[in-house]
Amino acid sequence: MKLWQGNEACVEGAIAAGARFYAGYPITPSTEIAEIASRRLPPQGGKFIQMEDEIGGIAAMIGASVGGAKAFTATSGPGFSLMQENLGYAAMAEIPCVLVNVQRMGPSTGVATAPAQGDVMQARWGTHGDHPAIVLCPSSVEEVYYLTIEAFNLSEMLRQPVILLMDEVVGHMRENIAEPDRTKIRVIDRSKPEPDQLYLPYAEDSDVSPFAPFGEGYAYNITGLAHDEKGFPTNDGEVVRRLLDRLHQKIENNLSELPGIEEAEAADADLVILCYGCTARPAREAVRLARDSGLSVGYVRLRTLWPFPYERIAALADKKSILVPEMNMGQIIGEVERAVKGKTEVVGLWRYDGELFNPEEILKKIREVI
Amino acid sequence: MRTIEKMQIPAENVAIVSGIGCSSRAAGYLNFQTLHTTHGRALAFATGLKMVRPELTIFVLMGDGDSTAIGGNHFIHTARRNIDVNAIIFNNQIYGMTGGQASPLTPQGKKGSTAPFGCTERNFDIMKLAMGAGATFAARSTTYHLKLLDKMIEEGVNNKGFSIVEAMTYCPTGFGRQNKSGSAAAMLNWYKDHAVPVEKAAVSDAKTVKERITIGIHHQEQEAEFVSEYEKIIESQRQKSGGSS
Ligand SMILES: Cc1ncc(C[n+]2csc(CCOP(=O)(O)OP(=O)(O)O)c2C)c(N)n1
Repeated sequence: MKLWQGNEACVEGAIAAGARFYAGYPITPSTEIAEIASRRLPPQGGKFIQMEDEIGGIAAMIGASVGGAKAFTATSGPGFSLMQENLGYAAMAEIPCVLVNVQRMGPSTGVATAPAQGDVMQARWGTHGDHPAIVLCPSSVEEVYYLTIEAFNLSEMLRQPVILLMDEVVGHMRENIAEPDRTKIRVIDRSKPEPDQLYLPYAEDSDVSPFAPFGEGYAYNITGLAHDEKGFPTNDGEVVRRLLDRLHQKIENNLSELPGIEEAEAADADLVILCYGCTARPAREAVRLARDSGLSVGYVRLRTLWPFPYERIAALADKKSILVPEMNMGQIIGEVERAVKGKTEVVGLWRYDGELFNPEEILKKIREVI
Repeated sequence: MRTIEKMQIPAENVAIVSGIGCSSRAAGYLNFQTLHTTHGRALAFATGLKMVRPELTIFVLMGDGDSTAIGGNHFIHTARRNIDVNAIIFNNQIYGMTGGQASPLTPQGKKGSTAPFGCTERNFDIMKLAMGAGATFAARSTTYHLKLLDKMIEEGVNNKGFSIVEAMTYCPTGFGRQNKSGSAAAMLNWYKDHAVPVEKAAVSDAKTVKERITIGIHHQEQEAEFVSEYEKIIESQRQKSGGSS
C-alpha cells in the first residue's frame, strides 16, 4: 500500500508513463506537482524547470517534446488561461504533451484553495479556432495515477496534447492505494519514422504520422501555421481543410481508446446521477442512501469529459430523469441535454461556494425530482 | 548559414527555433530542423528543446517586437539562466509583419503606424538589456557590416551560455516610408555612415555616441551554463538513489 496525495499520484503516474520533463509555474492547488516533480525527476535522469510564467512553462514543455521527451506541466485556472495559445499550437503542430489542470474556484484569482469544476468548458474551448481536445477527469487518488498514464499514452499515440482535469479535492486528498504493478501497466511511445524512407511529418494518408524528434537527423519544419504534409506553411484552402479534418478524425477514429464511463446500479434505475471528478463520491453515497430508502437511482460517471460520449449518454434517454451535480453553474449539463435531445428530463444541481456537495443534499434533490 | 558552414557544425546538430514576425519566417526557408513557434515564445520553446537535447546547436531567430515586447520576459530570464542557445534578433525597429507599428526598439521620436506623432516612449537598447539580465555574450552588427555579423554569430556559438547577436536590419516599407528614411539602399548606407566599433565609441564623447550605432562585442563573460549544471545534479541524484528508480 502507498499513502499518496492526488498530486503526488499524478507525478508518479507520469514517471511510470515515461515522462522525463516538467516545466511549469507554481499555482495553488497544483503546486505539489511541480515540487514533487523537481525532486523525483533528476534521479530518473529527467529534468525539471520552473519557468518565468505559465506561457513559458507550456512552451518549454512543447520544446522538450519536440526533442523527444515525454513532457508535462501542471497549473490551475489562471495559469490554464495563460497556456491556451500554446495549447492550440500543440494541437495544430501535433506535439504530444500532458497538461494537468487542478481546478480551483474562479473566475479570476477566485478562491485559491477552494474546489470547483469551473474549467470544463475552458478545457474544451479555451484556445482559439476549431481544434480537437482530449480531457480526462479522475475522481480518486488511484485513478489520478492510472489516468495520468493514459493521458500520456493517448497523447503519444495520437500526437495530441491531452488535458488531465483534476480538482482541488482530488489533488489534495490523501488515500491508500495498492502498490501499482508496473509490469501490468501499458505504456505507449510515439512511433518514429522508418529510417531511409521519405519522412512526411503530417502525411494525409494516415490519421497520425510518426514523430521524428529533433536531434535524430530529420530536417523538417514544425509550425503553428496551417501546413502541408511536409510541415511547410500553406494558405491553400483545400489543404487547410483536409488538415483540420484529419486533426479531428484522428480522435474520432480512436474513441474506443479513451477511458469509458463507470456506472453502478444504472441499468434498472428511474433516475441516474451523471457526475465526474470530485462530485462522484457524494453522488455515489447519495445513490446508496436512495436505494436504502427504496428509490430507483443509479450512477454514471464520466472519466473522459471530451470528446463528450454523446452516444452513450443518448442511451440514458430511457430514464425518467438525469440529475447532473456540478461544482459550477452548469457546464457539462448542456452536453447531456444535447445528447438526450429533450427525450428525458435533465436536472442540474450546482454548487459554487467552494464547498463540496454532501450526499444528503443530493438525496434531497433526488426526492424532489423522482 | 555561412557561420554554420564555416564552423562545420553537422546539419543534424543544428536546430532553428523562431517566433512570429517577418524575420521568424526565415526558419521555414532553412533546410534544418526548424521550429516556428508562437509570438514572443521562441526562447521558452528553445529552453525545453535544449534541456533534452544539449548536443544541439540552437539558433533562435526573433524580431525586435517578438523578443523585447511580447517576449521580453522570456528574454531576460533566458539570459539570467545562461542556457546555451544563440539568439539572433533582427532589429528593424518596427513591427514589420503587421505593417509598421511602433516596437520597443522604435527610436524615441520616430514614427510608427500606431505612433503617428512620433514615439513618445523611450526605446530599449538590446545590448544594455542583455547585459543587465545576465547574458554572457552580447554583440551587435548591421546588415551593411555582414562580415562582422558573421563573426559575431560565430563568437556567439563559441560562447557556452546565452548569446545575443543583434542584427540591425531595415524595413523600407514598415519603417522607412513613415520616417522618410529613403530607399532600402539609403537605409543600408545610413548604417555604413553611422556605425562605429564599440571600442572606439567608448572613448568618444557621449553626444556623438548617441547619434551612432555601436557595433561589435559589447559584453562577454564566462559563467556556468544552465544545462551542464543541471546535469551535474542528475548525476549526483542518480548516484544517491543507486541508479534505480
Ligand atoms: C499573440 C500574438 N499577438 C499578436 C500577433 C500579431 N503579430 C504578428 S508579427 C507581430 C510583430 C512582429 O514584429 P517583430 O517582432 O518586430 O518582427 P518583424 O515582423 O518586424 O520581423 C505581431 C504583433 C501574433 N501573431 N500573436
